[in-house]
Amino acid sequence: MKADVEPRPGAASLKEAGEVLLSVEGVSLSFGGVRALRDVSFDIRKGEIRAIIGPNGAGKTSMLNVINGFYHPQQGVITFKGKRRHDMRPYLAASQGIARTFQNVALFKGMSTLDNIMTGRTLKMRRGILAQAIYWGVSQREEIRHREAVEHIIDFLEIKHIRKTPVGKLPYGLQKRVELGRALATEPDLLLLDEPMAGMNLEEKQDMSRFILTVNDTFSTTIALIEHDMGVVMDLSDRVVVLDYGQKIADGRPDEVQKDQKVIDAYLGIPH
Amino acid sequence: MDGTSPSRTAPAASSVGVLDTIPKLLLRNAAQYGGRPAMRHKDFGIWQTWTWSRLKDEVRTLAIGLRKLGLERGDKVAIIGDNRPRLYATFTAVQSLGAIPVPVYQDAVADEMAYVLEHAEARLAVVEDQEQVDKVISIADRLPRLARVVYDEERGLADYDHERLHSYVRVLELGREEMRANAGAEGWWLDEIGKGKGADVSVMLYTSGTTGRPKGVMLTYDNIIMSARNANTFDGFGPDDLLLAYLPMAWVGDHIFSYGQAYAGAMCVCCPESPETVVEDRREIGPTYFFAPPRVFENLLTQIMVRMEDAGSLKKRMFHYFLGVARRCGEDILNGKPVSAQDRLLYRLGNLFVYAPLRNRMGFSRTRVAYTAGEAIGPELFQFYRSLGVNLKQLYGQTEASVYITMQPDGEVYPDTVGKPAPDVEIRIADSGEVLFKSPGVFLKYYKNDEATQATKTADGWVHTGDAGFFDQRGHLKIIDRAKDVGRLNNGALFAPKYLENRIKFYPEVREAVAFGQGHDYVTMFINIDLTSVGNWAERNNVSYASYQELAAHPQVYDIVARRVDELNKALSAEPQMAASQIRRFLILHKELDADDGELTRTLKVRRSFIAERYAPLITALYSGSETCHVRTEVTFEDGRKGIAEGDVRIVDMPTYPAQSLEPVREAAE
Repeated sequence: MKADVEPRPGAASLKEAGEVLLSVEGVSLSFGGVRALRDVSFDIRKGEIRAIIGPNGAGKTSMLNVINGFYHPQQGVITFKGKRRHDMRPYLAASQGIARTFQNVALFKGMSTLDNIMTGRTLKMRRGILAQAIYWGVSQREEIRHREAVEHIIDFLEIKHIRKTPVGKLPYGLQKRVELGRALATEPDLLLLDEPMAGMNLEEKQDMSRFILTVNDTFSTTIALIEHDMGVVMDLSDRVVVLDYGQKIADGRPDEVQKDQKVIDAYLGIPH
Repeated sequence: MDGTSPSRTAPAASSVGVLDTIPKLLLRNAAQYGGRPAMRHKDFGIWQTWTWSRLKDEVRTLAIGLRKLGLERGDKVAIIGDNRPRLYATFTAVQSLGAIPVPVYQDAVADEMAYVLEHAEARLAVVEDQEQVDKVISIADRLPRLARVVYDEERGLADYDHERLHSYVRVLELGREEMRANAGAEGWWLDEIGKGKGADVSVMLYTSGTTGRPKGVMLTYDNIIMSARNANTFDGFGPDDLLLAYLPMAWVGDHIFSYGQAYAGAMCVCCPESPETVVEDRREIGPTYFFAPPRVFENLLTQIMVRMEDAGSLKKRMFHYFLGVARRCGEDILNGKPVSAQDRLLYRLGNLFVYAPLRNRMGFSRTRVAYTAGEAIGPELFQFYRSLGVNLKQLYGQTEASVYITMQPDGEVYPDTVGKPAPDVEIRIADSGEVLFKSPGVFLKYYKNDEATQATKTADGWVHTGDAGFFDQRGHLKIIDRAKDVGRLNNGALFAPKYLENRIKFYPEVREAVAFGQGHDYVTMFINIDLTSVGNWAERNNVSYASYQELAAHPQVYDIVARRVDELNKALSAEPQMAASQIRRFLILHKELDADDGELTRTLKVRRSFIAERYAPLITALYSGSETCHVRTEVTFEDGRKGIAEGDVRIVDMPTYPAQSLEPVREAAE
């Protein structure tokens, strides 16, 4: 497992040449008088793992919500897969290939792991309500196809033993994994992970790191993640963008960012 | 190591008339039971079936592929992983070429694995997944003979250097390509099978060993097939029987039950989806034959009891009432003894409302025979299952015997014995009390260890078991303990630590225990609490805790355990031989005993001398009268890293009871 978490030389340089999947230009967002994001610009290249870091309240989750279409920025433009738009709607984001997980797990607690991940396939289902209500025939075949996709995800994430367990009963680390499974079920081009390792112990973090890297490697899914654990960020990500008080203060490779004086100040708390 | 291609001779008639090797049994089964299930495996949530003819095809293609990779007659092949059809097929493929499979415990840490692979001189390793590949790679520089590694599960391995690493699927492709290019390949394979003889070594099993380095026990086809046939006849197993293979493949039990007996009897072997899903998978499959060490039965019972605590009061009352009925008459009904009409009726009702649903929950609905062995099983635990209608029996065996030494015949099942000598087994008790046996299953020798072979196996074929025991009036063997562990207290009274530990472990709160007393005036004990059961109690009673250590040290937990020890002392006082063994002082250990720390064997038996050495200060404290003792222990995590567990451990004094029998203790012991 150790070998996985080490930085992969070569991988980063390959991705540097990759085309831009999503770019954010001059995005500003405020809630009343609170300015959550101020003129933030950065891009995410195809196939990379992009980390967004910053102290508490820096605007990381707001940034993710903007990309995801949950918040609508007052200013700025978002370009995703070559299409420019001022803002997105969450369902539009989902149908165009953006999936996400949440800081506080947002699953259907009373439903089983299997059903929760199955909901991630909703967008891929083509049959109408009527056909689904009748079920036999086309809907059944469709259901079987989707169930197969879900079973592959269950196998991949090693959650076979909780397939039929209601997620509300699961420990936190496993719920996070189920949530990742649901996001993967949409077969996203861009996967947004909001603190995927929050509240996990070392072993769970290692497992999650392994899953994230494998998703990135085998499905070449582009990943943007917010994370507080600096070790994880430095090991996993190809590039890091640093936010502080809603502004971008640094952007670059993990080792560059780590040495940046502004970043050090932001984390150690230099008065502004 | 370049693969020489199989000889291009035309298919020749093979001498498979005598079914004296496993590959020959495969051919027989494929011919006779071709369409019947040989193996099942749950994959992507669905049970997949391999018929005997499918299994034969798989084994043939794999064998030819392995040959292309350079596998030679006599080579050793390490097999590492959870129970899955592909790894079982690897056993047979390897054997069909006259090579010798060496299964290795899949949860062994890299260092232990290195020892076995090095000692066995493995040339090839077939492993389950990335985790095992990583382990093998990490020790590769200690294994100059290991030429190639084949893995089954491909995930995460795409970027690895594939010069000496091959996927299982790729090996099958190699086999298929060869069969397309060379029409004689199959005939060659059949010839290779024909060359096998019953006296050939079929497998090398490393015993986990309670002391010292593991020893490689060499078993021949005759050992395995004759033991398997005898066992199948004993309990009437055949092609309609179904078993669940979930215990380590490196353990002799799994090798005999899920491999030897399955081939000999053409039984269907089912592999669980993953180690965590065994209970659920067992329920779905409903095995007709089930083996588990006492620990599994203990855990099952604990889980049921814990869940019943959460049940509604009506269910709870029903459960306890009918459990009472079962306790009164269930065993007699199972043994076919006369029972009053009223009890018979009540038992039937109980079966409808309680026993049958319970058996279903535990996956025993179709179980005709269940066996337990490895450790003595608490009589209450044993009777619990039997009274519910599960035909649980005990057997006594070891790797050196190809398992079977004694077995309990139907209708002659007593909780305190391990049964009568198994078919074709002779047993004799040495003057020292040690049990010796002679049987068709007696191993050939230990690999590269003649000294140990001579110490264990006498010139005329008797094998020392290392266990102390005696025959009772019914002709049943009773095992007291390891011969070297049975001791005396300073007053001369018999001290059988295992016996005491098993008694205390029957209480759901106690997971593991280690008793001390040899060379002392009185008996003391280390106790490990059961986190499931005590954790559940803590939740119910608003006791908060952050770790095992904290919960174990909680005063209320100590009170609960003290009550249990007191109950045991009371019970012991009624037993003439054991009254002197009442537990005078005990402590609850600050950490769980763990195989990774070397405190348990891989089959989860207590390594007594190691523990005594490691916790010497605690033992001193138990006998010095002090109230607490500070302890600091190194612990090993699963990935091999080390940490420190440290804390104060409290020691509790217990009252003892006068022996209720006036029989002198001394005499009863002798």
